[in-house]
Amino acid sequence: MNSRLSTRLLTLKSNGEKAMGIFLTSGFPSPEATNLLLDAIDEGGADFIELGMPHSDPLAEGLPIQHSSTCALKAGITMQDTLEAAAQFRQRSETPLLLMGYINPILRFGAVQFCERAAAAGVDGLIIPDLPPQEASLMRKHMQKYGLNLVFLVAPNTPTERMKEIDRLSDGFVYCVTITGLTGTGLAGRLDTINSYLKRAREMITHNPLLVGFGIRTYDNACDLSKHTDGFIVGSAVIKEVERLWACPELSMVERGQLVARFVRSLKYGPEK
Amino acid sequence: MIYNAPDRKGRFGPYGGAYIPEILVPELDALRVAFEESWQDAEFHVQYQDLLKTYVGRPTALTPANRLSEALGGGHILLKREDLCHTGAHKINNTIGQILLARKMGKTRIIAETGAGQHGVATATVAARFGLQCVVYMGVEDTERQALNVARMQLLGAEVRPVTSGSQTLKDATNEAIRDWVSNPTDTFYIIGSVVGPHPYPMMVRSFHNVIGEEVKRQLNELTDRNTPDVLVACVGGGSNAIGLFYPFINHPEVQMFGVEAAGEGLDGRHAATLTRGAMGVLHGAMSYLLQDDDGQIELAHSISAGLDYPGVGPEHSWLKDLGRVTYLTETDKNALAGVELLSRTEGIIPALETAHAIAALKKIVPQVAPDSIIVVNCSGRGDKDMQTIMDNL
Repeated sequence: MNSRLSTRLLTLKSNGEKAMGIFLTSGFPSPEATNLLLDAIDEGGADFIELGMPHSDPLAEGLPIQHSSTCALKAGITMQDTLEAAAQFRQRSETPLLLMGYINPILRFGAVQFCERAAAAGVDGLIIPDLPPQEASLMRKHMQKYGLNLVFLVAPNTPTERMKEIDRLSDGFVYCVTITGLTGTGLAGRLDTINSYLKRAREMITHNPLLVGFGIRTYDNACDLSKHTDGFIVGSAVIKEVERLWACPELSMVERGQLVARFVRSLKYGPEK
Repeated sequence: MIYNAPDRKGRFGPYGGAYIPEILVPELDALRVAFEESWQDAEFHVQYQDLLKTYVGRPTALTPANRLSEALGGGHILLKREDLCHTGAHKINNTIGQILLARKMGKTRIIAETGAGQHGVATATVAARFGLQCVVYMGVEDTERQALNVARMQLLGAEVRPVTSGSQTLKDATNEAIRDWVSNPTDTFYIIGSVVGPHPYPMMVRSFHNVIGEEVKRQLNELTDRNTPDVLVACVGGGSNAIGLFYPFINHPEVQMFGVEAAGEGLDGRHAATLTRGAMGVLHGAMSYLLQDDDGQIELAHSISAGLDYPGVGPEHSWLKDLGRVTYLTETDKNALAGVELLSRTEGIIPALETAHAIAALKKIVPQVAPDSIIVVNCSGRGDKDMQTIMDNL
């Protein structure tokens, strides 16, 4: 499917550039911060943004993203709020935007209504970590109708044949999870194992761009793990950086935004000289 | 229509399935294959049956409850005495079965979630029996409410990890157990405690509790010359003891079935009546009825009985409700406490607070059925673990 997302990824690839996706939990650290942070991440050079829809029971998340979801829900963030934040962002930017979230709030919203609203808001696709392909056929149909990409994931323990199948079903890209573990898990000492798995994944996944994520914290991580992939995704590290900056009372909101942009930029281009 | 759910994808009508992170897909496939092979394997059954007999203490008695029947003004009430199982509840039927699978699959590490601690104790027990490492996740609030069970698990050699995320109760303990499994898929076996979770768990846990209803069939025949009772009654949290009793009778339409949920402070207050008041959704890997808000966030359940204090329910119960095959009632905390007292005074059996919900519902059920009906109630657990709560509230 030709979408804003796949066009962007294709362009980067033909320029020999790695793609960077950045995750942000909607409504974290406060509902008012979302617009500012989306702009900062965009400004920092994200090639696409994953906006997380907070859920009470985020099964695949490590502590930072769990915590950010709890925080956002406590502040009263709803699915509606996230869709509105997405729509507003789309009026300011053409950067591809995905929504990432768990299936229950989407079903509660109404799968069709949700797809319709997301498409109208200018969202490009969805990542639903608890919706593996064998449960996704209906959702996929709705999403295709509204021109939304449904991105599936593979993991180090995914059998080779299944990787091919997921490549066939995934739209936009295939999300290659670094480790059997949660978001934000440290990768120290595991890079060699991960790279040999990424190499295998690269051989199996030929239709879609391949992006690697989970546990990537630094420019060095990103460089190491992008060798066999088309790019990388950073989530927990961004959430932690946001949390750190928002705990500094001496910083103004504008400064925080600039520092987030700088952090994001450093993930792709290395620390500023 | 012959009832034969679930289908190959683990669907009970629209319910069930496997809504799980990709990492668990190969693990659940392997588990399903191991279970299906074992369930066809005569040797596995010999081993399983032997443990049920020599370790769990099966068959458990089917006890005529004459004074209870008299007090309720009719019916021939029989109690299926799962409270007499080793560790004090039906839970061990399942943990024995699953640990045999864990060994067959070469897993060296066992994890479990627990609310009240009964499933945690039953898991720690079988892990000790087979010398496997065991980690039990338990909400920090529950570790305080159920300190005795924490001590039991520790004495059995298990590590109890207090869960501080989310609501700090069973729902979050289950999330943490799943997160552990996602992080350690190769060496770890997750022994889930009820007929909940992704396929194949609801089907597999049902199979391991099926022995309850099968024994009732046999024992009823010895006691009464009949093969089927008129009425079955069981409490429903996740719903494992109920499925264990109901399942062998599902294709006997003459058998009426009642599941009893926890109404907590009342259906307009805080409760755990998932089937009665919930809506369809996905929690812990399965589609089922759920307590959730308008935005699809999971709501907290409440029951005086920690074992029923869960915002989800087994997908098969959701399907049995929609089919109209099982009638689901609710009882409040207050009625459950009265149920504890009633069974204690009439039969000399102190039931668990979970079980007491089923006892309490008899007051509604007995007047609805023919006066000479044979009513089998699953006495799913004993009340020792609840003595503190009972003393504080009676």
